[in-house]
Amino acid sequence: MIEFEEVTYGYGGGPLLADVSLKLAPGSFHFLTGPSGAGKTTLLKLCYGDLIAQQGRIALFGQDARQLSRDDVAMMRRRIGVVHQDQQFLDHLTVAENVALPLTVSGRSATEGDLRELIGWVGLENQQLARPPELSGGERQRAALARAIIMSPEVILADEPTGNVDWEMSLRLLKLMVELNKMGKTIMVATHDLNLIRAAKAQVQARVLRIANHRVQLAGANL
Amino acid sequence: MSRLGPILQLVAGDAQADRVVPPTGITARLTAFAAAAMAFLTVFALALSLATGRLADRWGSALAQSSTIRVSAPEEQMDAQVIAVMDVLATTPGIADARVLTDDEQRALLEPWFGPDLPLDTLPVPRLIEVLETAEGYDAAGLRARLAGEAPGAILDDHTRWRDPLVRAADRLRTLGLISILLIAATTAAIITLAASAALAANEQVIRVLRLVGARDAYIARAFVRRFTLRTLAGALSGTALGMIAIWLLPDAEPTGGFLTGLGFHGWQWLLPLLIVPLAGLVAFIATRRAALTTLRETS
Repeated sequence: MIEFEEVTYGYGGGPLLADVSLKLAPGSFHFLTGPSGAGKTTLLKLCYGDLIAQQGRIALFGQDARQLSRDDVAMMRRRIGVVHQDQQFLDHLTVAENVALPLTVSGRSATEGDLRELIGWVGLENQQLARPPELSGGERQRAALARAIIMSPEVILADEPTGNVDWEMSLRLLKLMVELNKMGKTIMVATHDLNLIRAAKAQVQARVLRIANHRVQLAGANL
Repeated sequence: MSRLGPILQLVAGDAQADRVVPPTGITARLTAFAAAAMAFLTVFALALSLATGRLADRWGSALAQSSTIRVSAPEEQMDAQVIAVMDVLATTPGIADARVLTDDEQRALLEPWFGPDLPLDTLPVPRLIEVLETAEGYDAAGLRARLAGEAPGAILDDHTRWRDPLVRAADRLRTLGLISILLIAATTAAIITLAASAALAANEQVIRVLRLVGARDAYIARAFVRRFTLRTLAGALSGTALGMIAIWLLPDAEPTGGFLTGLGFHGWQWLLPLLIVPLAGLVAFIATRRAALTTLRETS
């Protein structure tokens, strides 16, 4: 689904990621870990076409990311759900409208029942008419997750989804992602929370990728 | 169809798409105000242009169809020369009518300068012959040559030397009016471009979120374009209406009022200002779409 071949990317002053090769197979569950500033967010951005590799090749659903037009990137993002680190929402819309936004921009509309069911699934049934600024950190994360999956994307990328929530909420979010993975979705979660990774490993077969010294390595059991 | 597509989508509208961009506050209100002011000015520029056009036509056609022959001769030769001139005119192609002005008509012509009691018969006042020409006109050079031979005291004045500058001035005024309309349209486009660019910059976060969830540039642009086009249409409509009312309230055209009281629309010309509204909308549509797509390309 997403394949990196010797990808290098940097923001000037040397590469942040160098010679990264990885492959996200359909239905796989990956954790991406590493210290702050190691390049986790950058790697995710490369995965959904927000950044273009400076060297190497990235294939998104079999297409060379470099060859994608702007419209192609937009269409491709409808197949990739992204949960951002800072959960960006449109503050003038309700939670329900924000969750339905991917459908809105693609010219489709969710049935009220489906939308309510999805919002209920992430536990926000009582907040669906609230505005994003009224939500807590955990509620925002769950709303972002609901928005990321409303198009039933094949891939879900989550950047520090448990960064601002307590442990109980982290486990709840993890459970939602494990459920999605069991439905066949490909998941990649960037996190520096090793306890979360350990908790996940008890529930799902997850591979752990670690960014160290600008390279991505498969982490062993020594988490 | 590909060019019409964005316009049709704009007309059709999309309530959900309209909601994804937050109200743009002061920028949108200023756009409507600027469009209203520009439409108001356009109505006046149009009225000026049409009035000067009418003036040019009137001066041109009225004066072009008439000439004057002035006969200056010793008293004992005057009648003979006048008869000779009339004979020449009678046989000149392109002359529709010719007549000698009566003493009363000449006195009326001179009255503004010499008063009402001018003793015309005691003064060496030349005799005036009014010549009306046919639509085809006559050969002025040929007529002059014949008059010089048959009636040496006769001088043909075909009004060219003072008619032309007046017509030229009126034509220039008309051109200036049209240039003003073009400048107003260009200024409107510039204002709307700036306002749209400011709105896009202010909504960078919105654009980022829309892109994140898979919105295409055309979709994002459409939300802004529709908003600015509708605001411009509303502003232009009110500005045009106010301009038309202001023109309508001007005093009626009077023969003694000259140019100023003739500033306005006549008959079907009242329909012309109505074109300002859709044209303003078109200018807004093109300006906002270009600004939006350019900004979106630059912020990718």
